[in-house]
Amino acid sequence: MAFTEKTRGLYSEILTGLQTAGLFKQERFIHSAQAADIEVEYPTGAPLKKVINICANNYLGMSSHPEVVKAAHDGLDSHGYGMSSVRFICGTQDIHRTLESMVTQFLGTEDTILFPSCLDANGGVFEAVLTKDDVMISDRLVHASIIDGIRLCSAMHDTFKHSDMEHLEEKLQLHSDKRLKMVITDGVFSMDGDTAKLDKMVELCEKYNALLFVDDSHASGFIGKTGRGTHEKYGVMGEIDIITTTFGKGLGGASGGCVSGRRELVEMCRQKARPYLFSNTIAPPVVAGVIKVLEILSASTDRRDKLEHNTEFWRKGLIDAGLIIKSGDTPIVPVMLFNAKLAQDVSRDLYEEGIYAIGFFFPVVSQGQARIRTQISAGHEIHHLEKALDAFKKVGKKYDILGKSKQEIIERYGM
Amino acid sequence: MKDDIKKYVIKEYVDDDTDVTYDTPLISGGIVDSFSMVSLKRFLENKYQISIPDDKATPEAFDSVNKICLLVNEYLK
Ligand SMILES: Cc1ncc(COP(=O)(O)O)c(C=O)c1O
Repeated sequence: MAFTEKTRGLYSEILTGLQTAGLFKQERFIHSAQAADIEVEYPTGAPLKKVINICANNYLGMSSHPEVVKAAHDGLDSHGYGMSSVRFICGTQDIHRTLESMVTQFLGTEDTILFPSCLDANGGVFEAVLTKDDVMISDRLVHASIIDGIRLCSAMHDTFKHSDMEHLEEKLQLHSDKRLKMVITDGVFSMDGDTAKLDKMVELCEKYNALLFVDDSHASGFIGKTGRGTHEKYGVMGEIDIITTTFGKGLGGASGGCVSGRRELVEMCRQKARPYLFSNTIAPPVVAGVIKVLEILSASTDRRDKLEHNTEFWRKGLIDAGLIIKSGDTPIVPVMLFNAKLAQDVSRDLYEEGIYAIGFFFPVVSQGQARIRTQISAGHEIHHLEKALDAFKKVGKKYDILGKSKQEIIERYGM
Repeated sequence: MKDDIKKYVIKEYVDDDTDVTYDTPLISGGIVDSFSMVSLKRFLENKYQISIPDDKATPEAFDSVNKICLLVNEYLK
């Protein structure tokens, strides 16, 4: 019993501090399956409310797709519930290897290894393939899990300014004496919805003899003409040395991730990556579900085409309404409000109107960059989007931000 | 030397018009994240042809342009 009152007090103080700073995260309980229409209990204990979800990573509407649900049921029946082992002892089934081959095929790489999550893939991959003789050069806005992986790796680490190719080139020159250089980026950046300039990056990596790493978690399944990812969009399929991605977003939404890329690098992960060696891999029903997702996406581009269409409709609707959005063409569409309190107020009022979207503010994004991040799905129908646009217009009018410039909004509400 | 180092810090780490003086706290002030110290160290080593041992390249020693100059001078022989 070492958890003394004093210790308890210490933590209470920290937690209260988070609350007063407005940084305390609270969950909202969803009582239905994940989809465009959901039923939410919020605040806790309140009666269930039917709302339209526009903040899930359910880009392709696969989270409760009937064929995927059925495939998971069938996988549960044929391959059981769990493996009770890590992969290399007795935790690998035929379907794990099948899924690895299918991902390799889908992404156009040489080989693939599954991880319990993409966070684990990013956490384990750098340490498995790089040493202290090497350098990692990462975009300054990469995902938190990449930062964790970099921290665990003994290679030198440096950064380049977000999407700044000149700066990246300077860094490649600065570190030209290193044994291996690895350039590290997200394919689609989750906060702004912009894409990495992979064509330029491939060029630079060739010029300076560097490896290229891309986390395509917010791209796999729908970016590019056939949904293979950011590398397809930029015409550099087959030229990315390591792609990591998740099955927890567009590719089904359940869980799991992978490292896909050069055969030898994948094999290094199989031999050395700690989350692969020391943690159970993806459970059989989920593996069966992801296999079905990849079958559906490989057979037809209907879903990613619908997503593209929905995204265009949504972006145009918001702009026409006079709201400020981050420009781009991905289904991540941030509506900029700049002020943290305004973002929270708008989010709360949208919820009143039956629209579930969350405000993001410092420290998740930079100071003065508060926003509502909206995410479009192939599971949305136009009527969902129209209803959400109406809500944005109504709430926008209430706060008098429609048609206003960034300057005007900041003048009125502050940064 | 002071000006060269200051210029590099601004070019490398400052995106807006934050004012950087010789004494502005760089790391504790959140201008340079501890990750990016690496390139600062390499820049100094290349430019002044010195070698700063890793255990001397601490966040404290890099926390202002003035402190960085002191450190560099220590290894300039
Ligand atoms: C860019 C990026 N990489 C990795 C992850 C982690 O994915 P997973 O849920 O599979 O751990 C996320 C999810 O938030 C992400 O946005």
